[in-house]
Amino acid sequence: MMSSNMRGLLRCLCDGGRLMVGVPNYEVYVQHMGQRHPERQPMNVIEFARDRQNARFGQGGRGGFRCC
Amino acid sequence: MLKKYGVWALVALLGALALGVVATSQGERINALWMVTAAVCVYLIAYRFYSRFIANRVMKLDGARPTPAHTHTDGLDYVPTNKYVLFGHHFAAIAGAGPLVGPVLAAQLGYLPGILWILVGAVLAGAVQDFVVLVLSMRREGRSLGELIREELGMIPGLIAQIGTFAIMVIILAVLALIVVKALAHSPWGAATVGATIPIALGMGIYTRYLRPGKIGEVSVIGFVLLMIAVMGGRWVAETPALAAAFTFTEVQLCWLLIGYGAIASVLPVWLLLAPRDYLSTFIKIGAIALLALGVMIVRPTLEMPALTRFIDGGGPVWAGPVFPFLFITIACGAVSGFHALISSGTTPKLLNNEGDARFIGYGAMLMESFVAVMALVAASILDPAVYFTMNSPAAVVGTTAESAAAAVTSMGFATTPDVITQTAADIGETTIISRAGGAPTLAVGMAHIFSNVAGGKAWMGFWYHFAILFEALFILTAIDAGTRAGRFMLQDLIGVAIPKFRQTSALGPNLIATGLCVSAWGYFLYQGATDPLGGVNTLWPLFALSNQMLAGIALTFATVVIFKMKRERFAYVTLVPALWLFVCTITAAMMKLFSPDPGLGFIAQARKYSAAMDAGQLLAPAKNVAEMNKIVMNGWIDAGLCAFFVLVSVSISIFAIRAAVLAHRNKNWSAREYSPVLEAEAG
Repeated sequence: MMSSNMRGLLRCLCDGGRLMVGVPNYEVYVQHMGQRHPERQPMNVIEFARDRQNARFGQGGRGGFRCC
Repeated sequence: MLKKYGVWALVALLGALALGVVATSQGERINALWMVTAAVCVYLIAYRFYSRFIANRVMKLDGARPTPAHTHTDGLDYVPTNKYVLFGHHFAAIAGAGPLVGPVLAAQLGYLPGILWILVGAVLAGAVQDFVVLVLSMRREGRSLGELIREELGMIPGLIAQIGTFAIMVIILAVLALIVVKALAHSPWGAATVGATIPIALGMGIYTRYLRPGKIGEVSVIGFVLLMIAVMGGRWVAETPALAAAFTFTEVQLCWLLIGYGAIASVLPVWLLLAPRDYLSTFIKIGAIALLALGVMIVRPTLEMPALTRFIDGGGPVWAGPVFPFLFITIACGAVSGFHALISSGTTPKLLNNEGDARFIGYGAMLMESFVAVMALVAASILDPAVYFTMNSPAAVVGTTAESAAAAVTSMGFATTPDVITQTAADIGETTIISRAGGAPTLAVGMAHIFSNVAGGKAWMGFWYHFAILFEALFILTAIDAGTRAGRFMLQDLIGVAIPKFRQTSALGPNLIATGLCVSAWGYFLYQGATDPLGGVNTLWPLFALSNQMLAGIALTFATVVIFKMKRERFAYVTLVPALWLFVCTITAAMMKLFSPDPGLGFIAQARKYSAAMDAGQLLAPAKNVAEMNKIVMNGWIDAGLCAFFVLVSVSISIFAIRAAVLAHRNKNWSAREYSPVLEAEAG
């Protein structure tokens, strides 16, 4: 069994890698929706990924432009 | 006391020793590790003491004050994020080609001026800017720099800053594309490898859209494996005559290919090409930087470049001008970069979990970026200086054959033979290394030296060289694609001020017009650079770096005004001194670029010299016909106009800023737009 430290590090690395390309943690999003907006249906994981992709590069997306 | 500061005193001593070795090594060659050690010690001390001072005294970060990630939390844009995770996000967004190219170009002065400016600039200017702008944006719901300037300085300076940013972006895209052109011209191996990234990315896009949606890690691994196959396949292309001919492009051909690519890529759906290539370029960039750092530690190479060369007074072949002000312009991103202010006021401030984290992320990530610049300087300085100058001098100086290049470089004081030049080209699997300006190829040779010493030996130099070219080209192509999109939205926003209809970003007409305008704008400068008989990079890089440093000056000036508005004037020097320094450097450099009587340096003098010759019916080298003469004249005037425009932007914003600062100083109360914690306490 993996120690909880090790698992924490892996999770951190994985989250870090995904956030580098503009996709935050999905579970955190679902949790947030459940707590704050229980009346609304949260996006499923695929819709979530597409939404984040559009936010990064789409209209007004200032996240996508890389520095020199 | 000793317990608390003892270890820091040791770090300071070690740093001072290392810096001493680096600075006083005249005549004898030193190990690159001294440079790395000096850098790390300087960063540690600066982070521990200076960034803490800024955090506690100037910005008064308050861990108890909720950040936008908490007050606006939505699980999407505003998410309280672990500080190490966010550090990675922020670093990946600020690290690009800039810190790799600038130090390579600056190595023509020797390594000493470059390393000193990278360290001092990062610690006192660059990291301060990134950190302070991050904090100011964090306290204003994560607004962008343009919006912040509009709020704190007024509508007009906001608009000026927006127009200036667009112009800077155009120049950045042109110069980045030019770096790719210079690296891939007459290089079938490079062109085939980089070309292969397009079908690979398309395949990845379809995979993540339809086969395994959202599996970013999985698709990135597949893409990476395919890319490595592409690097090896490139050798086979280069060694198969028929294929080699098909993948050998001139600079002008590559220029048109890139313009067409930029236009098409920026209107395709993002999931198809841009997003998958973004995965590849981001992860490979982080990996390659880590590999380079590791490689330098393992190989511990010796610096072959002298500490100072004779080009310190100007007259260097890579770029024109003396050390002041041009060193401070040439190395932009590794020391201070205005573009980071846009990133610090982008997605990062919305993700901060705690005000205190801003120090680690804003200041810390810039130190890391600066360290990348140090690595690039190391990679350029471990090369034989003769090879360095052969690669980075324009054809007008070194000619186009190994014999002419060897003679020219030997006469600069770096003795070499034609054999060395042809052998170096053969080692890395290229036909020529002469006049491969732009920094990327030089860095790639340096990286190939280091990596092949760790793994593979000389037989693998070609692989490592093209791997390094691929890694740079990949993220430059991503930047061109994403930048053209971002530029299009900016342009639609700007034109929308006059014609509101233009703001509809989903309408096809405005969309295509704005994309076309944006591509033609950077395409024009790219074409100018690719066909410039005088080299291109030595004209465009100063313009880019000048504008980038001016943006940094503007961001720091804005920060100074806000510090005045917060009634913390006694600490205003923290941002005011670097702002003034950047202002002095950029205005001096711009004036020299405009009005220097030396045609090698001044745009106007150059245009006048060639027009005078044309009037007299003469042809001046390197132009070969009247059309080329005309081109040089026109380029000179356009570059001068752009330069003057940047000065105008910078000066006008400074005037607005001084006015705002004086008003804030006279005002006895807090007048910053952010909600004042002090006022809140008094009211409560």
